[in-house]
Amino acid sequence: MSELSRRQSFLKIAAAFNGVVGVLLGIPIVRYVLSPMKTGSDHWIPLGTLDKFPTGETRLATFRSPVSNGSDGETAELPCWVRNVDGSKFQVFAINCAHLGCPVRWFPQSRLFMCPCHGGAYYEDGSRASGPPERGLFEYPFKVLDGKLHIQAGELPTPGPSAANRDLIQIKRQPPCA
Amino acid sequence: MRVIGKIGHWLDERLQLGAPIRETMDHPIPRETASWFYVFGSAAMTVFALQVVTGILLALIYNPSASEAWNSLQILNQQVTLGWFIRALHGWGSNFMLAIVLIHMVQVFLFGAYKFPRELTWILGVFLLLMTLGMAFTGQVLRFDQDSYWGLGIGASIASRVPIIGPAVVKLMLGGPIIAGATLSRFFALHVFVIPGSLMLFVGLHILLVLKVGINEWPMPGRLVRRSDYVEKYHALTRTEGVPFVPYGVWKDVVFSGVILLAIAACALYFGPFGPSGQPDPRVIQTAPRPDYFFLWLYALLSLLPPALETPVLLIAPAIGLMVLLVLPFFSGEGEKSWKRRPIAVLTILLIAVALGTFTNMASHAPWSPVMDASTAASIPANFVSGRTPLQIQGALVFQSKQCHNCHALGDIGGKRGPALDTVATRLTMDQLVRQVLQGGGNMPAYGKNLNSAETAALVGFLETLHPASQASARDASQTQGAQP
Repeated sequence: MSELSRRQSFLKIAAAFNGVVGVLLGIPIVRYVLSPMKTGSDHWIPLGTLDKFPTGETRLATFRSPVSNGSDGETAELPCWVRNVDGSKFQVFAINCAHLGCPVRWFPQSRLFMCPCHGGAYYEDGSRASGPPERGLFEYPFKVLDGKLHIQAGELPTPGPSAANRDLIQIKRQPPCA
Repeated sequence: MRVIGKIGHWLDERLQLGAPIRETMDHPIPRETASWFYVFGSAAMTVFALQVVTGILLALIYNPSASEAWNSLQILNQQVTLGWFIRALHGWGSNFMLAIVLIHMVQVFLFGAYKFPRELTWILGVFLLLMTLGMAFTGQVLRFDQDSYWGLGIGASIASRVPIIGPAVVKLMLGGPIIAGATLSRFFALHVFVIPGSLMLFVGLHILLVLKVGINEWPMPGRLVRRSDYVEKYHALTRTEGVPFVPYGVWKDVVFSGVILLAIAACALYFGPFGPSGQPDPRVIQTAPRPDYFFLWLYALLSLLPPALETPVLLIAPAIGLMVLLVLPFFSGEGEKSWKRRPIAVLTILLIAVALGTFTNMASHAPWSPVMDASTAASIPANFVSGRTPLQIQGALVFQSKQCHNCHALGDIGGKRGPALDTVATRLTMDQLVRQVLQGGGNMPAYGKNLNSAETAALVGFLETLHPASQASARDASQTQGAQP
């Protein structure tokens, strides 16, 4: 074996060695970069006592994101619309329009939610009334515990095919009197 | 002078850059390309340099934290000496850079400069355009205000529509489950490290290719590009008619760059910095988010597309557009360069320009958005209520209080989401009005559950009066005939 070809073999071994080192370093780097994908399973969050939400009315409520930290500032304070249907049944809607996420506003006189961005409108039960949204407002699951209304929230609701949305669609499919 | 010469000599002995720099300066370019049409590439680079410098200056004060970013922009605008001017330079520089990059691209396309052997230069340019757009979007996010916050929500909603991996892409984009501190941090990293770093690398390669392959000659109608003999002919051209790049070509570049910098400074001085608008507090929902100027066309498109087409268009059209741009130099790598003999190329540019211009113009009016405060802030013009009966005036009150005005204009006041109702009584009979109000349809919500019979009667009574004095309201012909003996 000539000296040159020996050196070329050394180079190949060195390159292979660096490849192994690269993979060893790459695994933690990729895991670090992809780590946000695993965050944010929904938590039960209290919205306040029931007397804040009078029967038959829809009120704005806010809650603090369950996964927030100090650097989030006001962005961790999230709003939602709470509709007290009949004193025992509630509907809690995400603030985000089901079209592209802009904040919808409640108009009690016409009993409509309207979106300022692309003109989506929803009825008081969150179902689609008009405009570009393909579905009704996103709904958070709720429960009443110790006289307080709790919702299961934590993720930004988006119109894509997330697991949370599938649950919500199933909830919507239940007959309205159930 | 002798000292400077000695230092230069000392440096060149070590760096050995003198010869290649002289070669670059003296490299021959076709005489006609020392033209005012060939100044946009260098101007884009100059503005990029301005963005780098002003960006670093802003980073001295800017705090990329969701809780502090908005405050630090206020400090820049109001407390730091000339902070507002640096922000304005950076903001206007961004607009100018995008505009110049687009003009440069159109010029290159119309002059056939993407054809053989400059395919790779064009492809790198396409990526430079994408990066420039990426800088514009991420920069808009760093101006962490209401528009930025809800703009991120729109971006996340679009990303979520990607099949299967959509939700994962959203979390990766936001750095977590919601728009928060981690979101701003990663957009800061993109805007300040990742994209500018890639931009510098790609700009370097782009310019290297211009030097290696040579600047595009002035396109002459009938002088066709053939792969077999183009390079030979080009070298013959630069040998016979060539002039050195410095000073023949470069003096116009330098003048134009100076003019552009002056124009940016003038805009910054006169118009000032962009925003920030309200604080990025999601609890403040009295807001109507709007994108920055260069994304207004997209805002219009998202409002006007039929809902079922939206996701395919959002996800597939950009991919097709990018593919078309990337394969263009291979698909039409030879043949005619001159725009005078490429009518389809010219028409394509005109079509795109008219479409983008129309969408941008529409987005500045946003007729598809309800006027959210029309029911409280906009009054019904007096001529629509004067001389009406008490019942009809009650109907006008219903029109106002039930937010009809948010979507329907009267006397050009109010929303444009639905049709203006100035003469609605000439179009719809009373029965049709009742049906439309109660059942909705045609993109209008149904009001059947929200209006009692008295309100409906009053509202329709008012709508029935909305016709010109010279034109009767619409009547159902069958009923009119039936009533006659």
